[in-house]
Amino acid sequence: MDLFEYQARDLFEKHGVPVLAGEVIETPEAAREIATRFGGRAVVKAQVKVGGRGKAGGVKLASDPEDAVAKSAAILGMDIKGHTVHKVMLAATADIKDEYYVSFLLDRTNRTFLAMASVEGGVEIEVVAEENPDALAKIPVDANEGCTPEKAREIVAAAKFPAEVADQVADVLVSLWKVFIAEDALLVEVNPLIKSGDGKIIALDGKVSLDENAEFRQPGHEALEDKAAANPLEAAAKAKGLNYVKLDGEVGIIGNGAGLVMSTLDVVAYAGEAHGNVKPANFLDIGGGASAEVMANGLEIILGDPDVKSVFVNVFGGITACDAVANGIVQALELLKAKGDEVTKPLVVRLDGNNAELGRKILTDANHPLVEQVDTMDGAAERAAELANAK
Amino acid sequence: MAIFLTKDSKVIVQGMTGSEGMKHTRRMLASGTQIVGGVNPRKAGTTVDVDGTEVPVFGSVADAIEKTGADVTVIFVPPKFTKDAVVEAIDAEIGLAVVITEGVPVHDSAAFWAYAGAKGNKTQIIGPNCPGLISPGQSNAGIIPADITTTGPIGLVSKSGTLTYQLMYELRDLGFSSAVGIGGDPVIGTTHIDALAAFEADPETKVIVMIGEIGGDAEERAAAYIAEHVTKPVVGYVAGFTAPEGKTMGHAGAIVSGSSGTASAKKEALEAAGVKVGKTPSETARLARELIGSLGL
Repeated sequence: MDLFEYQARDLFEKHGVPVLAGEVIETPEAAREIATRFGGRAVVKAQVKVGGRGKAGGVKLASDPEDAVAKSAAILGMDIKGHTVHKVMLAATADIKDEYYVSFLLDRTNRTFLAMASVEGGVEIEVVAEENPDALAKIPVDANEGCTPEKAREIVAAAKFPAEVADQVADVLVSLWKVFIAEDALLVEVNPLIKSGDGKIIALDGKVSLDENAEFRQPGHEALEDKAAANPLEAAAKAKGLNYVKLDGEVGIIGNGAGLVMSTLDVVAYAGEAHGNVKPANFLDIGGGASAEVMANGLEIILGDPDVKSVFVNVFGGITACDAVANGIVQALELLKAKGDEVTKPLVVRLDGNNAELGRKILTDANHPLVEQVDTMDGAAERAAELANAK
Repeated sequence: MAIFLTKDSKVIVQGMTGSEGMKHTRRMLASGTQIVGGVNPRKAGTTVDVDGTEVPVFGSVADAIEKTGADVTVIFVPPKFTKDAVVEAIDAEIGLAVVITEGVPVHDSAAFWAYAGAKGNKTQIIGPNCPGLISPGQSNAGIIPADITTTGPIGLVSKSGTLTYQLMYELRDLGFSSAVGIGGDPVIGTTHIDALAAFEADPETKVIVMIGEIGGDAEERAAAYIAEHVTKPVVGYVAGFTAPEGKTMGHAGAIVSGSSGTASAKKEALEAAGVKVGKTPSETARLARELIGSLGL
């Protein structure tokens, strides 16, 4: 889960990373009082989870409280690369003498953590890595040893920070590592980390990405979710505990196992090439269990998606036998009917694996007018695409 | 022969007395696995009746190894306790730890991976978030259904559980030496490369099937390894061509970031290494079948 800048700022402050005063608002009027408290001047910053907002006009300096209201009004509601600005952060101004870069992140390739640091901050770090790789120091950090003061000094030396800021930057690194560990982050990044006119080191802007697998021990993280921006179908699926991602096609997909479902999306997209270019409408993994209730919940979400023209249920009976899955589908359709959600979209079902014959027989006997069976994954994808295109 | 797991493997189960642990202990026993014990400090000294087999419960992995000579542990404990369970297995220096648990925080996986390294890598880790591995007809450590297929010339390594089952099913008449589900998390123990190296060295494996998915660069590195070190024919499949950028597709590691981790990049890298890559799982199975036919097996 990627956080907004203001949320990153708050986590930095909580763990001792030096930041400027900053407050988030959703209405322009609220800017007046905050700017007044900041001494009149303030930076108004669009809160969007996308880079390049400065160039897009999403960061403005306000010269007085009235100007802060005007600038907030101009930025709120802006569209930045497809992201609507719903919140702005008012930040105290800073006298920037120098801009640096520091981060900790997961290095998947080496299965360890990595510190990155550069004295060339303030620009996209990917650009520095590309154009001037020697200016970006990369130092592995052992997951169990962590970023000790010694390790922080090693990073500072490797990135060649000037001597007069070395100790301060090392302190920032140790605090930033606390954010990384205590918050179960996948990425903590400060860009720019600035040296102010009076020689102080301050985190001016930051990015934090959190590990959703750690939610069980991070009770505070749920409040950081951007519920307003979530797709309503994704929110409804999450509330039911379903693993669902909305896509922009027409064929609704239900399957068991993340890999099989990902593969199903691809196979449907290939099949769609011959059928009006229809595409998968979603990712939905109902997991190994695939009980009637989970199947009903999944079908309810997918049939509630107005973009869906046909549904492809693709199940490989591994641990769960296909007869149980078939019973699940039959019961799910009955459950939906009982709830008043009459199913009007065609369902193509492919059952394979454990007890497939029995499962297919159950569906044949149920004889639901909108359910048809195809025995192979490729064939069923073809049929589901054809039906979606015919609608 | 087979890789990592044979009929002589003595398997213990950490978390055996939980509902998932019990269900799969029963299945593993039924498929012929030598289950020599379970681990639960609160039930140490008792035995559990698993369909007529009395399985002893030990207080620790070390104790289980001492009493039974166990060399494999399968870990079913909840995410909260997974790191401690793996660390215990590493401390006991068991040869192979198979971590089935899904939803382990990546800080915990990174920590136990680093710990295994600091202890000299005496414990091979598979997973987490994986279905385990099976050497059909010999032993089954994890949750892969044992009755899909029998022993044969194909070695399979995969990030995905259900795609493993799908390919095993499509090629069930030919059979498998071993099938290894390495898991879909960002940090995993055994990699595609580790399994490729083992299959290359295993005389019974004639053809290798490798299943990957979006996220990270494991497939690209596997492709480079194949080009350098693998002489046996390899058939590949990559899932996630239609995955949108920035969205996690079920597996925590299945995410496309910018232009890296895409299915197309992985497919191209594999093809450049001489791997035949199927467009769908069924086409992948067909390619493997043709290769085996051409080898006259």
